Amino acid sequence: MGKTIAEKILSNKSGQNAYANDIVVADVDFRMGQDGTSPLAIRAFEAMNGERVYHPESAAFVIDHSAPSPLEGVSALHALMRQFSKENNMILYDIGEGVCHQLLPEKGHVGPGSLVIGADSHTCTYGALNAFATGVGSTDLAAALISGKMWFKVPETIKFVCHGTLPAGVYSKDLILFLISQVTADGATYMAAEYTGEAIQALSVEARFTISNMAIEMGAKVGLMEADDKVMEWVCAHSNNKFEPVNSDPDAEYAAIKEYDVSQLDPYVAKPHRVDNGVPVGEVAGTPIQQAVLGTCTNGRLEDLTIAARILKGRKIHPDVRFIVAPASRQVYLKAMETGVLKTLVEAGAAVVTPGCGPCVGTHNGVPSDGENVISTANRNFKGRMANNKAFIYLASPATVAASAVKGEITDPREFI
Amino acid sequence: MELRGKAHCFGDDVNTDYIISGKYKFKTLDMKELAKHVMEDLDPDFARKVQPGDFVVAGRNFGCGSSREQAPLALLNAGVGAVLAQSFARIFYRNAINTGLPVVVCDTSLIESGDELVVDLEKGLLQNLTKGKEIPIKPLPPVMLKILSDGGLAAHFRKYGTFHL
Repeated sequence: MGKTIAEKILSNKSGQNAYANDIVVADVDFRMGQDGTSPLAIRAFEAMNGERVYHPESAAFVIDHSAPSPLEGVSALHALMRQFSKENNMILYDIGEGVCHQLLPEKGHVGPGSLVIGADSHTCTYGALNAFATGVGSTDLAAALISGKMWFKVPETIKFVCHGTLPAGVYSKDLILFLISQVTADGATYMAAEYTGEAIQALSVEARFTISNMAIEMGAKVGLMEADDKVMEWVCAHSNNKFEPVNSDPDAEYAAIKEYDVSQLDPYVAKPHRVDNGVPVGEVAGTPIQQAVLGTCTNGRLEDLTIAARILKGRKIHPDVRFIVAPASRQVYLKAMETGVLKTLVEAGAAVVTPGCGPCVGTHNGVPSDGENVISTANRNFKGRMANNKAFIYLASPATVAASAVKGEITDPREFI
Repeated sequence: MELRGKAHCFGDDVNTDYIISGKYKFKTLDMKELAKHVMEDLDPDFARKVQPGDFVVAGRNFGCGSSREQAPLALLNAGVGAVLAQSFARIFYRNAINTGLPVVVCDTSLIESGDELVVDLEKGLLQNLTKGKEIPIKPLPPVMLKILSDGGLAAHFRKYGTFHL
């Protein structure tokens, strides 16, 4: 019987002939924790009587959620991470390096066919590189740091086939917001999602990350894509490691196959306070906004900043709007400087903050006030997500965020294209 | 293991930001401190109302969103005895078992806030004493039962040094 990508990777890494719903203990290729989860993982490591980190060269801590530290308490947790990673010869990406989900692919740690766990729910991002990458908690991370292994229930797979061509002004963010609105927040719970079809194949690798990043918002364990030539080229440019692409068999069994023609898709916006509350931008156009956020692990890459800069070139953001930009990594930051994209954004009125997660997750760098509306390229709009439960968060593409920042209200970016 | 307490009902898709907000969880490893803010954005009085052993009762997809293990730990430290829901998001479900918070999948539509409940995890039975109803519960997968019966994943590793499932 044929296998899905998920079944193949978990078979390869466990040495078992595994199919959906089997339980396997598998070798993990890379392990990651961030500053919201690593301190607890260190405590769990100690509680497990852990002595040393198994293969520390394939384990990283990333300080990105509160970077640089806004508070004394956070500083103590960062210090704990620095000390532990040093003692154990682990990789440490400290403040300013960037968001973990940008760094792991960018630094070449993940690639096709690899098995990755991260103590962060958006670890599914690397599915765009054909990696079985999934989020876990701190105790699971500690177990994997000690043993190099993790237990998995092999997931069933739900396949999303996206036909057609995305229209101008409509991006991968719009596509994934649309898909989540179709299947809802738990539509793929416990399952692997596979994204395929010519609309996916036409996307750049950077744009594909946005889709896999949000697989968790439909409940999925992983958001997998095939490794085509674009992926192999991208991975070769970023890593010296050897990776083996894994494709699903034609006779693989799927829990469901969902087909969509995306040729008529509108830009999509997820309304507060649910990610699956997505509507065509026209339904919310005109809603006043006080803050616009461009960045995060969903949409803080060079391509995203460039799309926003194209709209903002020669324009100023609306006087009633704060526009916060967080490049996803130092490398993105530098490239955006070299290409002039950053200059355009700053001239338009952007406040650029340190590469990291801050504004998205409510730790610092842009907490909205009571009753304010925020439009953001992030992946979550839960009540209180940005540290104020009386604010309202709308999720959208970089183009929609940029257009909205200019007009001071939610705006269809096609007005500017 | 028999658990006894009052129900505190919530709806569908209770995410981990609602269980414990990011604005608190990044600051400290003091779970008692975090427990003061548990479920705050859904019910500001919850932390004061909840009594040791009480149940959080919810609809579908409880614990969706971020992977923060502070979510089950804050519930545990607030005194919550177990979470009962129609379904759970997978990372929260793993984290709850790993940290020793019982999670029970069952039909929660027959439970209202304030109902007195008794849960027997071994017998797989939930009794709603207030309503005089018995509700079957879905047994835990054997792997998770093994981890929970060892006292969580940390205790499992202390015992075996690695995965022994």
